[in-house]
Amino acid sequence: MADEFKVDKTLDIKGQVCPYTFVRSKLAIEKMNLGEVLEIITDHRPASENVPKSMENEGQRVLKIEQTTEKEWHIFVRKDREKKKRET
Amino acid sequence: MEFTEDQILRYSRHILLPEVGGDGQEKILNAKVVLVGAGGLGSPVGYYLAAAGVGTIGVIDNDRVELSNLQRQIAHNTSRIGVDKADSAKQTYETLNHDVKVVPHKERLTSKNIMQIIRDYDIVVDGSDNFPTRYLVNDACVMLKKTLVSAAVFRFEGQVMTIFPGEGPCYRCLFEVPPPPGMVPSCQEAGILGVVTGVIGTIQATEVIKAILGIGHPLKGRLLLWNALDMNFRTVKVPRNRECPVCGDHPTIKELIDYEQFCSMSH
Repeated sequence: MADEFKVDKTLDIKGQVCPYTFVRSKLAIEKMNLGEVLEIITDHRPASENVPKSMENEGQRVLKIEQTTEKEWHIFVRKDREKKKRET
Repeated sequence: MEFTEDQILRYSRHILLPEVGGDGQEKILNAKVVLVGAGGLGSPVGYYLAAAGVGTIGVIDNDRVELSNLQRQIAHNTSRIGVDKADSAKQTYETLNHDVKVVPHKERLTSKNIMQIIRDYDIVVDGSDNFPTRYLVNDACVMLKKTLVSAAVFRFEGQVMTIFPGEGPCYRCLFEVPPPPGMVPSCQEAGILGVVTGVIGTIQATEVIKAILGIGHPLKGRLLLWNALDMNFRTVKVPRNRECPVCGDHPTIKELIDYEQFCSMSH
């Protein structure tokens, strides 16, 4: 079934554990443009929950979390926000 | 920029912070900060800036490491006694982090050389132990519009203020002229609890990193005072003095002044 979004970049971080799963995901999305979609592939179960949570904390939009095998998750995140600013 | 694998690991705890991230870390790596003095204050400032990955750290100091320094000057160690402090600090900081380039300036600051030395840096950190240097650094930073993180320690106390010339008060807005020589105890007789320099220097390093990142509220127009015995932090508002002789509306100090060194004078 076709998704309603197109993936602009895929980041394969299989083998990585927390917190580097999010560190690498964050570095990847920082370099993308607003509205673009990042697909993150992980085999680390905690990351399948923590990476989406952290992405949302930073103002990004988690579109979908898909478990494809026993140990593989695909996380789709849309860049909704440039760097969070506490003060301008 | 692309981070190396080592950089991703080294700076991961910075990158995780929403206020820092990869682009903030890149700003830190590109920053140029100069330390006036590699003593009690300068040592921890440089240590944390090196750990943070500040790309260029200048160290201005023309003294050599002495045994009596080691109770507080953590950039140095026993095997470095007799070594130039600027070289000792370079070795310590560059060993901690190879991303950091330390530029030693083995000179005593004067009105003749200060402009040339600090011109190339973004932020100046004053960790000097005497009034002539403190005023010289303040005036030069005002003239060059350099951010200055100024601090001083005495016995069990310390103070910090960050100076953004043109935006807030400078050191002379607070204390217009140096105290007369007889008014202050000489360095030798004052004494200092070693860890006080660590606390105050670490606050200076925090102000530097905030200024590089442009986050939070700096000590602009606020003097932070800390007393170790009371374990009390206070901040006192400091207004910009429009009559300030160096940063006021009609400055009268247009050339740098070399006040007489009176720190080591006995009286």
